Amino acid sequence: MQSKSLSQSVGILQRLPKSWRKELQFFAFISPWLLGFIAFSGGPIIASAVISFTDWNILSTPKFVGLANYQRLVNDPLVWKALGNTIYYTIGSVILMTVASLLTAILLNQELRGVRFFRTLYFLPSVTSGVAIAILFAWMYNPEFGIINYMLYKIGIVGPNWLFDEFWAMPAIIFMSLWTIGSNMMIILAGLQDIPQSLVEAARLDGANWWQEFRYVTIPMLSPVLFLVIITSTINSFQVFLQPYVMTEGGPGNATLVLVLYLYQNAFLWWKMGYGAAIAWILAVIILILTLIQFRLAGYWVYYEGERRS
Amino acid sequence: MSANAAGTKKKVGSILKRVGLYVLLIAGALLFTLPFLWMLSTSLKPEIEVFRFPPQWIPRPPKWSNYVEALTILPFDLFFRNTLTITVNNVIGNLVSCSLVAFGFARLESRFSNVLFILLLSTMMVPYQVTIIPMFVLFHRLGWVDTFKPLMVPPWLGYPFFIFILRQFFMTIPLELDDAARIDGCSTWRIYWNIILPLAKPALTTVAVLGFLGNWNDFMGPLIYISSQEKYTLAIGLTLFRGQYMSNIAYLMAASVATVMPVIIIFFFAQRYFIEGMTLTGLKG
Repeated sequence: MQSKSLSQSVGILQRLPKSWRKELQFFAFISPWLLGFIAFSGGPIIASAVISFTDWNILSTPKFVGLANYQRLVNDPLVWKALGNTIYYTIGSVILMTVASLLTAILLNQELRGVRFFRTLYFLPSVTSGVAIAILFAWMYNPEFGIINYMLYKIGIVGPNWLFDEFWAMPAIIFMSLWTIGSNMMIILAGLQDIPQSLVEAARLDGANWWQEFRYVTIPMLSPVLFLVIITSTINSFQVFLQPYVMTEGGPGNATLVLVLYLYQNAFLWWKMGYGAAIAWILAVIILILTLIQFRLAGYWVYYEGERRS
Repeated sequence: MSANAAGTKKKVGSILKRVGLYVLLIAGALLFTLPFLWMLSTSLKPEIEVFRFPPQWIPRPPKWSNYVEALTILPFDLFFRNTLTITVNNVIGNLVSCSLVAFGFARLESRFSNVLFILLLSTMMVPYQVTIIPMFVLFHRLGWVDTFKPLMVPPWLGYPFFIFILRQFFMTIPLELDDAARIDGCSTWRIYWNIILPLAKPALTTVAVLGFLGNWNDFMGPLIYISSQEKYTLAIGLTLFRGQYMSNIAYLMAASVATVMPVIIIFFFAQRYFIEGMTLTGLKG
């Protein structure tokens, strides 16, 4: 019985026009993503916009409040504080990470025996990011018994209270990002290896010293890669959450309260779903604008091969 | 003779340059490994030695029992198993679902293929924070909060970035292979299973490695969805530990070492895939 109905339905499938059968097959293969898109991506994006117009603690019935959440957001000093802190973290960590990954990439690009071993070693911290590392750094920053202040003491500097100090808490979290530059370093290294050797040789023949070679050959040839690294690090840094959550809980005195942390607190500690969703949208819009601005700026200083700088 | 002297000078210069570069490389290596060494060192110290100034690098004698004690105070074996269960399920889920979808986009003809692929790419640009609140609401409605389901079901429904990686790789496999197989009477399924998948092992490994890393280190997911202690993963287990045994840093470091070790071990075995994969992630933005 069953096999008969099965063969019947197969028969029906075979009688469909060929183009239909192809479409059917295509949709069968991509169906996991289609479902996922509806349930976990496209659907939630729309739902999130709707929720941001409501006052809702998840248990009550959502109350439509129009733009009230966004109005409150503009007048909420903590939102501005969190935004300022996020920008501070982003600028600090992106500059440090880009410079550090450029320098290490240049170092790792030298033709030396054993350089591959160092590459692995430098990359290693990047795979271990997570809670354990945040806890480890909190311990390293311990003002009295931590290794960082001990080393500063060795060179005659009295270290600050780091995570317990309103001024130093954010720099401490920024410095930590230097440890996980692995992927940026590898992207830049790949970029360095793509620079045609003939250009470098030509510069040397013309008597360029190492600085001129760096400034007029390496940097221009590397600019698309650097640009890419800066964009992606900016976007990633803007979403920082784990380090402040684990190491300082946003303190002291909200000195490390960042946007995603404030979003998390509103939505999942105080159950303000509507307000949380509104913060999420502000974050999304900022990230989009950042991407666009950076693409605009790119035109001014990025040198692409086969193009002339104007 | 002067030419000879110049040659010697050049040689000395190049040796000096080499020495200088090695000094820099080793200094860098120290900076990158120092936190690990400090973590190991602290994890083996008796409690009194942890709070001693100046700190000692080598604990004498090393207190190995810290590990046993730290990992039994809280049920870390359970957290370990939970993390492993979630990670293994999610890696398999990602491999199955993403390779199917990627095959559809890379090898099958459809009028909607391009439009849908652009839709997929555009969802990669929306930051995940936008969807966490509605997803929580959805899982809350389904009664899935405080179960593993919110963490373990989504990977079976594709992850756009992995689909993208696999699709790009599948595109590099010559289409003639499919045509030849079809002439020999191969079904689409067998082309996927017997031709494309075996050829795509490097890309699949990259996806597996990235999935492993992402899930092992995932913090936000378990933090939001898991509340009972017996369902904790290592990541949130560690924060619980930190809250309860704040003063016992040695235990805390021992537990951290135990959390990080599996990743480091797997990294040394599959280095190439880690580096390739994470470089791709960097490119994603």
